[in-house]
Parts: sequence; structure tokens; C-alpha cells
Amino acid sequence: MLELDRIAKTPPGGHTLFADLSLTLAGGEYVAIMGESGVGKSTLLNLVAGLDHPDAGEIRVGGRRISGLADEAAARLRREKLGFIFQAFHVLPHLTLEQNVRVPLLLLRRDDPARAAAMLEAVGLGRRLHAYPRELSGGELQRVAMARALVHRPALLLADEPTGNLDPETAGVVLALLREEIKQNGATAIIVTHSAHAAASADRVLELTRGGLAPRTP
Amino acid sequence: MKLGLWLAGGEMRAHPWRALSALAAIAIGVALGLAVQLINTSAVTEFAQAVRAASGQADLEIRGPRGGFDESVFARVVADPDIAVASPVVEVDALVLGDAPAAPGKTRTLKVLGIDPFRAGQVAPALIGAPAAGDGADLLADDTIFLSPAAQSWLELAPGATLTLQVGLERVALRVAGSLPGARPRQRLATMDIGAAQWRLARLGSLSRIELRLAAGASREGVTQRLAAWLPAGVFVSPPEAGDIRAANLSRAYRVNLNVLALVALFTGAFLVFSTQALSVVRRRGEFALLRTLGWPARALVRQIVAEGAAIGVVGSVIGAGLGIAAAQAAVALFGGDLGGGYFAGVAPALLLDPAAICGFVALGTLAAAAGSLAPALEVARAAPAQAIRSGAEAALFGSGSALRRLWPGLALIALGAVLTRLPPLHGLPVAGYLAIACWLVGGIALVPGLAGHAFAVVARRVSPRMHPLAFLSTQRLAAAPGQAGIALAGVVASFALMVAMAIMVGSFRDSVDRWLGRVLAAPLYFRVPLGGNSTFVAPAEVAAIAAHPALEHVEWLRIQQFDLDPARPPVTLMARTLDLNNPGERIPLTGDALARAQIPADTLPVWVSEAMVDLYGWSPGSRQTLPLGGRAIAVTVAGVWRDFARQHGTVTLNLDDYQRLSGDRGITDAALWPRAGTTAAALTEALQRDVPATRHLEFGEPGAIRELSLRIFDRSFAVTYLLELVAIAIGLAGIGATFSAQALARAREFGMLRHLGITRAELLRLLALEAAGLTLFGIVAGGVLGLAIALVLVRVVNPQSFHWNMDLAVPWGLLGVVTALLVFAGISTALLATRQATGAGPLRAVREDW
Repeated sequence: MLELDRIAKTPPGGHTLFADLSLTLAGGEYVAIMGESGVGKSTLLNLVAGLDHPDAGEIRVGGRRISGLADEAAARLRREKLGFIFQAFHVLPHLTLEQNVRVPLLLLRRDDPARAAAMLEAVGLGRRLHAYPRELSGGELQRVAMARALVHRPALLLADEPTGNLDPETAGVVLALLREEIKQNGATAIIVTHSAHAAASADRVLELTRGGLAPRTP
Repeated sequence: MKLGLWLAGGEMRAHPWRALSALAAIAIGVALGLAVQLINTSAVTEFAQAVRAASGQADLEIRGPRGGFDESVFARVVADPDIAVASPVVEVDALVLGDAPAAPGKTRTLKVLGIDPFRAGQVAPALIGAPAAGDGADLLADDTIFLSPAAQSWLELAPGATLTLQVGLERVALRVAGSLPGARPRQRLATMDIGAAQWRLARLGSLSRIELRLAAGASREGVTQRLAAWLPAGVFVSPPEAGDIRAANLSRAYRVNLNVLALVALFTGAFLVFSTQALSVVRRRGEFALLRTLGWPARALVRQIVAEGAAIGVVGSVIGAGLGIAAAQAAVALFGGDLGGGYFAGVAPALLLDPAAICGFVALGTLAAAAGSLAPALEVARAAPAQAIRSGAEAALFGSGSALRRLWPGLALIALGAVLTRLPPLHGLPVAGYLAIACWLVGGIALVPGLAGHAFAVVARRVSPRMHPLAFLSTQRLAAAPGQAGIALAGVVASFALMVAMAIMVGSFRDSVDRWLGRVLAAPLYFRVPLGGNSTFVAPAEVAAIAAHPALEHVEWLRIQQFDLDPARPPVTLMARTLDLNNPGERIPLTGDALARAQIPADTLPVWVSEAMVDLYGWSPGSRQTLPLGGRAIAVTVAGVWRDFARQHGTVTLNLDDYQRLSGDRGITDAALWPRAGTTAAALTEALQRDVPATRHLEFGEPGAIRELSLRIFDRSFAVTYLLELVAIAIGLAGIGATFSAQALARAREFGMLRHLGITRAELLRLLALEAAGLTLFGIVAGGVLGLAIALVLVRVVNPQSFHWNMDLAVPWGLLGVVTALLVFAGISTALLATRQATGAGPLRAVREDW
């Protein structure tokens, strides 16, 4: 599903993050990536999302090369194949929960209010379809973001510290829900986190270091 | 204090351009307002001082109609024991012939005063000439004239040269015998012996005024009462200060109108400060919430935001004051003191730096900026810190619970404005009308957020998310954050409303003038004596020669004179013309029914008055009045009211035969000519100029050309108005730019998230364009409705109360359509330019900051 083939990246004015990084994820696989701050976790996600370009190497999503795609083409690929969950939720304050979740479907011109409602039902917000984000707690907002990330059945889900702004109890609920939804939707997922507890929800855990990606040893 | 400076300094460093654009708007507003004020004050002061210089140290002044009064009055005045010195004066604005360059305003008239040097020396010594050849006899000679230094320089005539004036239709040559060293530096003035002036300037037996110095211990009031008891009708005695008041009254309404217009730019600038500050507090909500959490009281927050706005106001106002002074200096140097109204044509004032006006405008600019900051300050102060610090709280600011969405303040202001439109003028000025416009403008803008919320919600419900996902997203946002939409719209609504109002007012005025010209220009050919002075007229012999010309089928004569009904008011025009008394409406554009000939009492003469006479002097239809004519008080009946777009201080029309019989004045100033069948207007002109040579000094014109010229003068008069309106629109557009630019930053994360979800740059641009178009269109609709309402106040209240002109409402749809299209285009372009960061890497980074 996702192939990173000998990726190299040195940010302008910075030190080399990756010199020869490779990674292959199969369909439906759920991987957590951990690592120290500044090691390049965010850059790695940007490269996978087509928001940044590698200096060398290739990245393929679903067999399609995303590295080197023009901005418009990369945007279309993201729209179709990728889902995102951010640490700070990023829901649109002026739309209802249901409307927020429908946004990816609208962009794909595959609007399906029933699917959006079902996703919100699945994350436990089925009774608050018409509420606005300002009425929700942080945990609830992250569940809305999760529903939005998966509503269009993306092939690849990218999540950055999805529980970074949540208390441990809420984080546990969200992680369980995230895993359940990923598996139910058959998506490949990468979760970047500092939290060992969050990483434990994944099928396998990788550690990003200056030397590259390696399975994390307990 | 220190914290406040840190916060303001940080904001300024982070977003210097936004603060600078608000500062520039205030600076432009203050500059325009101050420049107009300084130019007008300088012109009025110069005008009044020139009037005062001519009356010197007089205690009282006897003044009659411009055509003069009988000189026998003088003999009776000097007999009064309380009058120490009486100095008679003949005053003529004479048309200068030759190569003299036209003065500002294109006038070529020179004020010539005929004086008695022996008497004038005791009242107004500045008027006594200094003979260049040292020959005192030149002061009394009948062919000499003395020019002030400014007049010598303007006419390029040195002592010894010949000055040629037109009197009647004849040329009068006078030798420049010397200078007037006591004249004011910029005063264009000439003096000559009074006897010579009466003879050479065709004023035999008449005087224009008498300057009086009273004997020691004499009471000014007592002498005034005694003289007023016997002075002929139309001749008044008043203190010389009345001349100042009259000079100021002449142009007061026009000046006030221009000042109000100039303030519009400042008003729009205040809205730009409001937009800037409102968006600044949206962006800084977290910062303010944190400060509140750390213990800063809400009151201190309000003080901080208002102080930041006031700081923009102070700096902008000081810069604006400098610019205004420079602009006024340049305008006076280039165009003299006239800003298009024609009141000060020929006045070349020195710029008068009025400290009160300068300080006043700086204070006004500061106040406007501080006022623009108050609403955002109160808004942020009422937000709960706990909520404000959360993500997404920007929607709550100016959102559904915002005070900006309350309808009652706007409705209350509109109701108050409606009441104000019913009030009469205050001291001759439409103060209530201007206040009504301000109420409607502020009230209308206050309604915008609430109305925008409802309007966009209706639109949002009708937009199918499936068919138009981008339109859906943009209308949802507009519907959900009408307060912010209102902020963006404030400047646009204000400037577009005023532009529409002015366009409709000017369009209505122009349309009415055009139709009026079509009505009054009934003859195929006209002539008039050259404009600009009162030394020219057609004498009876020439009148007879013209009337007898074989190429002429019919002629109607006109004599225009000026007289006073109230010495403190500008003079009233007396228009004596050939009339069919059974059908006066054939020539006079009556506004309503006129009294029939049979309804006029036998002991009175019928007169038809302009609307200004009704407003200013109460000469209503059917009323019996007294008209000073030939030194006698003639009983007249107002037989009808007519529309006179050419004169704003009042016109009385009467039959020419009656006028000539009662005044003895047989001179003619204008005529309407009908050539015989088969003769063209051009051929008639040629024939008259060939057969009656004196007519070569007349200005002939056909109705088409007169109409075109009149409308050109009309457009020139409104040129300053158009300029001020353009500035207001530019400031309004700057408001859109500032708003969208600020929103682009405030919404960076929203844009970034949408880009992550797969929205392309082009789609994001379309989304923003849709929002900008929606906002601008709403602004245009709201501004258009508001502008139409304000136009009604201008047409029905302000204009009649200022200028005593009534007009029919005419909406220039074509012009408004073009301006609307241009404004939508400009609004979208400005918004897209201002939000170009939204399509760049910034938003992506904004989201990635969380990664």
C-alpha cells in the first residue's frame, strides 16, 4: 500500500534527516512511529502526504508515485486516498459536526449524509449531528476529526499525536475507537506519537532515529 | 503601561502594513478635511478683508443696490451733525479688455472704486493713490486710475500704461497714474476720482455706498436708527462688519457641504480602523484571554485596544495635517481660493494656517480612530477568557452572541434619522439633515452583521453541497460568522452608500438642470453682456437698433440687477424681462399654479420669485411684499414661484416695462432673439454684428451651446465632489484588502486543513473569490439601499435647505451598474491579492506546526 524507497531529505539550512530511508506497509497495516523530537517524524508524514518532496528516492501510495507530483495532482491524490488526524483537531468552527464530516465526501463529489451520520454514530456522537464544534470537549472534537478522516474510506490514514491534547482516559477511548475504525475500514495507518500507550494500539511500532527506521524494542 | 507598549509594539512589528493602511486612511481623511477647511477659511478671510479694506476705519456704511442709489442721499447725510466724515464711493466690477490673463476662476473683472480723495483719506487712506509722476492733480483727473500692486502685476501694467475697460458696450481707456501702496498684498483693486468714475463708468448721479465716521460721542445705534428712518427703499445703513457676515454667508452652505464631504473620507477611515482593530482582536484572542487569565481586568483590555486605535489616530492625524497643509498650499497656489463653487473666483488668498482648525482635525482623526476601536474592544472584553483561549473561539468573537448582531441599535438610529429629516434648518444650514445622514449611515452599518447573517443563512440553505461544495463551504462560513462579514463590509457599505447617494444626488441635480435649461432656453439665439462684472450693458440706442433690425422677427429683453433685502444676507437678483402677463409660465419655469392676472390687486405689481425667496424671505405665493425700486418701496404681489438653478440667494422676476418705468434704468443685459423665417441663428448673429457694431462686444450663443457650456460648468463644480468620493471608495477597498489579509492569517489553519483534505490551490482561490464576491455583493446591495435613502435626504432635505433648490429624483442606473461591476471586480481582486498567502505554503505550515 505504501512504499518508501531509499528516501533522502535534508531540509533547507538544516541537517540531514534521512539519507537512505525505506519502508513498505501492506494494506490494512497499522504502524506507530516513535522517535525523539526533531528526528524527522513530521517531515516523514509530510513526504508521505505529498506536502513536501524528497531530495532523492520515491514514495508510492497504492502503487502511484506521489513524490514529485505537481501540487494540484498531489492535492487530488490526498483527497482520494489519504485521511488526516491532527493533534489540534482542526475542525471547521462554522460547520456542524455532520457538515464537518461530510467535507471530504463533498470534495470528492460523493456526498453521503447517511455515511457521515454513521461515522459520527460509530464514534459515539450520533446524537449530536447538528451541534457546533464550540459545544464539544477536546476528546469529542478528536472523535469528530477521526470520523472525518475515515468517512471517505481512505487507503492511507496519517495521524499525528492524535491523543496529544487528551487526558489519559479519553486518549484510551479514542485510541480503541481509532483502531476499531481503521480495521473496520481496512485502511493502512501511520500514527506518529511520543506516547508508548498510543503506540501500543498499533500492529507494530517503529522507531525513527538518525540511522533510519527500525522496529522498536521494548 | 509597559505591558501595553510591549503588546502594541509587538502587534505593530508583526503586522505593520495593516496598521499602516489604517493610519493612511486616517491621514487621508484628515488631510482632505483640513485642506478643504484651510482653503475655504483663507478664501473667506481674504474676501472679507478685501471688503473691510475698502471700507477702512468707517463706523457705519450706507449701501444700496449694485446699480447704485441717488447721490442726493449724500447731501442729506453730511448734514447730520453726528456724522464727522462721509466718504461717497462708486463701486464697479469692470470688465478688463486687452491681453490681461484670466484670473483663477477665469474672471477678468477688476474692482474699481470711485472715491473723493479728500474724504476717503479720513476713512480709508489705503484707497488713496500715490501718483507715480508726483503730480497730485492725477488724483482728480478724469482719465487716470491707480492700481494696487497685485492688480499691476496681474494686468502687467506699469504706471503710464493704458488700462482699457468695457463700459456698456463702449471701450474706456484710462491712464495708470500710480499705485495703491496701502492695498493688501494680494488685493486686485483700482481707484479713481469719484466724479471721473461716475462719468467714465456710466454712473452719473448715483453712488454705491457712503462710508461714515461718527462725531466724537455720537451713538452708532442712534445714527443708524435716524438714517434708516429716511433712507430710500433698498438702501441700508449697517456696521462694516455686516460685510464680513455677508461675505461668509455668500458661500456658507457650499463650504459646509464641501466640509461634510471631506469628512466622509475620515468617516470611512474610522471604519477601516474598526476593521483593522476588530480583526486584530480576533487574531489576538488567545493573547488577550491569557492576559485576562493572568489577572488583567477587562477594563484594562478595553483601554489597551482603544489606546492602540488612538495611537494610530494621533500619528495618522499629524501626518494628515501636514499633508493637508501642503495640499492646501498647492491648491491655493495653483487654483486660487475657489474649489469649484465659483464663490471665490478671482480671490487669490494667502494660506491662513488656522491653529484651531489644525488642532480640531487632529483631534477629530484621533477620536475617529479611537471610536473605531471601541466596538472591538468591548467585544473582546465581554468574551469569557476560558472560552476565548480555546481553538475555534474566533467564530464566537463577533459571532452569534456578538453585540454587533443586535438589531435594535441600528433600528433606533434609523428611526432617529427619520425624525431628524423632518426638522427645519438651523441658522440656514441643514444640520438635522446631515445628522440624519450620519444616523442612517451608522444605523445601516450596525444592521449589516445581523442582516448579513440572515441573508447568508438563506443563501446557504439553498446551496446544494453536492452540486457546489465550494459555494456550500463559503456560504456556510459567511452565514456562521456574520459579525466578521460585517467587519469586512463596514468600509464597503459606508463608501458605496455615500457614493450611490452622491451619484443619485448629482445625477438628479444634473438631470433637473438639463431639463430646466431645455425649458428656459426657448429662443433660437441669445446674447448677453460679457460675464463677470457690472460695468457692461446694452444702452437704449443700441437696444432700439437691434429691435429694428430687419432679420429679427421677435426679441425679448432682460435686465439683471442685484439689490439687498437684508444687509447681512447676500444680495437678491432682480430679473426684469419681457413677459406675457397673461401667460408668464411660457417663459418662467413655474413650480406650481400661479395667480392669474385678474387675481393681482390693482395697487400692486405682480412678481414671480424663485424658491429661495420663499425659504429665505417668506415671499410665499399670494403674499404682498415691498420691492425697493428706483429708491422707492413698490408694493408687489407674489404671483408665482419658479425654479432658478442659476442663483441660490433669491431672484425676483417682474415685467421689464414695469421695471423701466419705475427705475428709469433702460439698460439691457440679455436678450432672446427669434430670427425671421429663412434666417438662421448664425446668419442673424452675423447680420447684427455687421449692422450694429456695438453688438460685437456681446456674447452670442445658441441654446445647444449654452446648454453644453452650462453642464460643463456644472460638472466642473462637482469635480471636487467626485474626487472626494473616489478617495472614500479607495479607502473602502483598502478596508476589504485589510480585512481579507487579516482573515487569511486568522484562518491559516483552516486553509491548511482544507489543503490537507485535498483542496487544490485553484479551488481555495475559488472559495475565497466566492466569499469575496458574496461579501462585496451584499455590501453593494446594503450600500445601495442605504445610499438611495441618503440620496433622498440629500435631494429632499439637504439641498433645498442649503441651496433652496428642489429637484426630481433621477437614478443614474448606467453609472451605478458600471461602478457596481467595477467594485465587485475590485473587491474580489483585492481579496485575492490580500489572501495570496492562503494559496502558498503558509497554511500547510500552520497545520504542520502541530505535527
